[in-house]
Amino acid sequence: MTELNMAQALNAALDRALADERVVLLGEDIGQTGGVFRVSDGLLEKHGPDRVIDTPVSEAGIVGAAYGMAVAGLRPIAEMQFMGFSYPAFDQIISHVSRIRNRSRHRFTAPLVIRVPYGAGIGAAEHHSESTEALYAHIPGLKVVVPSTPHDAYGLLLAAVDDPDPVIFLEPIRLYRSARGEVPEEPYTVPIGTAKVEKPGSDVTIIAYGSMMREARAAATELAQSDIDAELLDVRTIIPFDTETVLESVTRTGRAVVVHEAPRTAGFGAEIAAQIYEHAFYSLLAPVERVTGWDTVVPLRRAEQHYVPSVGRVVAAVHRVMET
Amino acid sequence: MTEMLQILDVDGTLVGESPVDDSVTRGLYEAMVTARIFDHKATALQRQGRLATYAPYEGQEAAQIGAVAMLEPGDWLVASYRDGAAMQSRGYPWTQLLLTRTGDERGGRPPAGVNVLPPSITVGAHMVHAVGLAWAESLKGTDAVAMTMFGDGATSEGDFHEAMNFAGVYQTPTIFVCQNNGWAISMPRARQTASETIAQKADGYGMPGELVDGNDVLAMYDAAARAVDRARRGEGPTLIEAVTHRIRGHTTADDDGRYRSPEETARWAERDPLERVRLYLDAAGVWSRKWQEEIESAATAAIEAAVEEAESLEPFTAEEIFDAMYAEVPPPLAIQRRRAAEAGLA
Ligand SMILES: Cc1ncc(C[n+]2csc(CCOP(=O)(O)OP(=O)(O)O)c2C)c(N)n1
Ligand SMILES: [Mg+2]
Repeated sequence: MTELNMAQALNAALDRALADERVVLLGEDIGQTGGVFRVSDGLLEKHGPDRVIDTPVSEAGIVGAAYGMAVAGLRPIAEMQFMGFSYPAFDQIISHVSRIRNRSRHRFTAPLVIRVPYGAGIGAAEHHSESTEALYAHIPGLKVVVPSTPHDAYGLLLAAVDDPDPVIFLEPIRLYRSARGEVPEEPYTVPIGTAKVEKPGSDVTIIAYGSMMREARAAATELAQSDIDAELLDVRTIIPFDTETVLESVTRTGRAVVVHEAPRTAGFGAEIAAQIYEHAFYSLLAPVERVTGWDTVVPLRRAEQHYVPSVGRVVAAVHRVMET
Repeated sequence: MTEMLQILDVDGTLVGESPVDDSVTRGLYEAMVTARIFDHKATALQRQGRLATYAPYEGQEAAQIGAVAMLEPGDWLVASYRDGAAMQSRGYPWTQLLLTRTGDERGGRPPAGVNVLPPSITVGAHMVHAVGLAWAESLKGTDAVAMTMFGDGATSEGDFHEAMNFAGVYQTPTIFVCQNNGWAISMPRARQTASETIAQKADGYGMPGELVDGNDVLAMYDAAARAVDRARRGEGPTLIEAVTHRIRGHTTADDDGRYRSPEETARWAERDPLERVRLYLDAAGVWSRKWQEEIESAATAAIEAAVEEAESLEPFTAEEIFDAMYAEVPPPLAIQRRRAAEAGLA
């Protein structure tokens, strides 16, 4: 075991993935300078320019080429510099990456990984703070993964590379350096499609993912002081969603608070709430609460704190569900 | 190699015919001096934590100011995050440029009558907008034109092709100004395109392309003035490649030592766009140390006032993040707006 931050864990996973010679990395500024978040630091030196490819500023080019490589038998890992810059590649993703298996009835497949740093919290310029995972979750044929710990980041990334289908791999920008944790020395995977009960509890289930796990954890700690025992559930994989683990928890606690920083309306929290209402309605002691970003553009630095769900808003939502 | 237009040599001698008289050149010089003072001030403010990140344009003042100097008030400018010098010359206030960089949405709103769009942060998309802006002016029957500024990296985006193609097909009065500053973050120009120049790409779109010394404000003025005149006369778009250099890191968050040598920057510093104009004006007898001091202190005062204004603005409230999403806040959003305000108080 070594203690790593999330960027280091991802770096270790990429390094490990490159041991498979089908794996190539493509992205803007990923080689020479190691990526704007240094996630691919040192990999160009170690694996060479045919494996770690610095590309032109061209997201459609990156994903389109990665798609072609994947169809031809490679295992590309493409990087979008920020989620807000992934949209030029959207047509490639929605029209081709996600569909070639179905279109060719399994004859051709596109097992590529698209790494996407996402989320607010570093006060960056416009487009650098997006959390539009629901756009990707809404595209049939894609898997969408989002770790919140270095351990899961490593294991999920290797699982994504192994996966026979295209995976959108979301990396919470805010956690790159702030999330630290033990990562085993021996390679391992964390299965895609499995949520995790991070902390058991009996009164309420707080369901979150990615960067919002930090607020969820802090809220659970704060709630413990008012004798509220919150169960913490880390979604980890958005698609395919692990309904079973969520239902097992919520039927036990009878209360659920769903947290994400993406806009509220048609956010993935709506899907989670719907699953709970459909399958656990009679176990619920209170309506499901959602704590989310607002239906606005993510504000710039000076107003960011008004947008990103705070620990206080999560705690307040838990108190509301506890009252009923 | 295609010939590169140069009018003023690095040592300040004219090697071509100046498109303007010396009083205009003095004005261009003053604008460049002012712009550089702003650039240094903004970088310093960022270091003090008073701005978020900042993308310095030092070394690119001539490319920006020379390109826009002959635009008329009705013309459009749609540029990128590194084009503050050009934008400010067209009336986008220093205060607003600073506000955006402090992370305040109010920086996106220039005064009425200023036809300059807020800076594009996404690389590429805004080039296409300059086609629509220009096209609309033709459809409306005005003779206004639209200029767009973008980098060498931006030419790699599909949007570059779409913008150039539309402009060519519809002969819109659009002027494409590519500031080839050698780098797109850590990637050298050679990584963006295998073509010898960016200017030559114009050929494929049926429009003229011109390679210009981007550190020569008179050459930039000359090339842009011809392109603007052509566009205004209804003769269609032009691509100008301004060969220049990004003297600082990509932004204040970038460590350019990871991918390029200090010697390269030093070499380009010798081709400084300001100094050659100073040498020229001095030789022409229209520069003095006293005047230099006057324009510097006027610039410093104006920029200090802008900093003061930007920093004294009352904080952006939770409610305000909702207020410009639609013409009117729809009822469901109004509920969120109230909740956000309450959460802010809690
Ligand atoms: C669509 C998109 N992709 C990626 C980025 C990240 N990014 C910001 S600036 C930049 C390099 C742009 O280089 P260039 O066009 O040469 O402009 P310069 O920064 O040199 O002025 C990149 C890749 C972005 N802003 N938008
Ligand atoms: Mg550039």
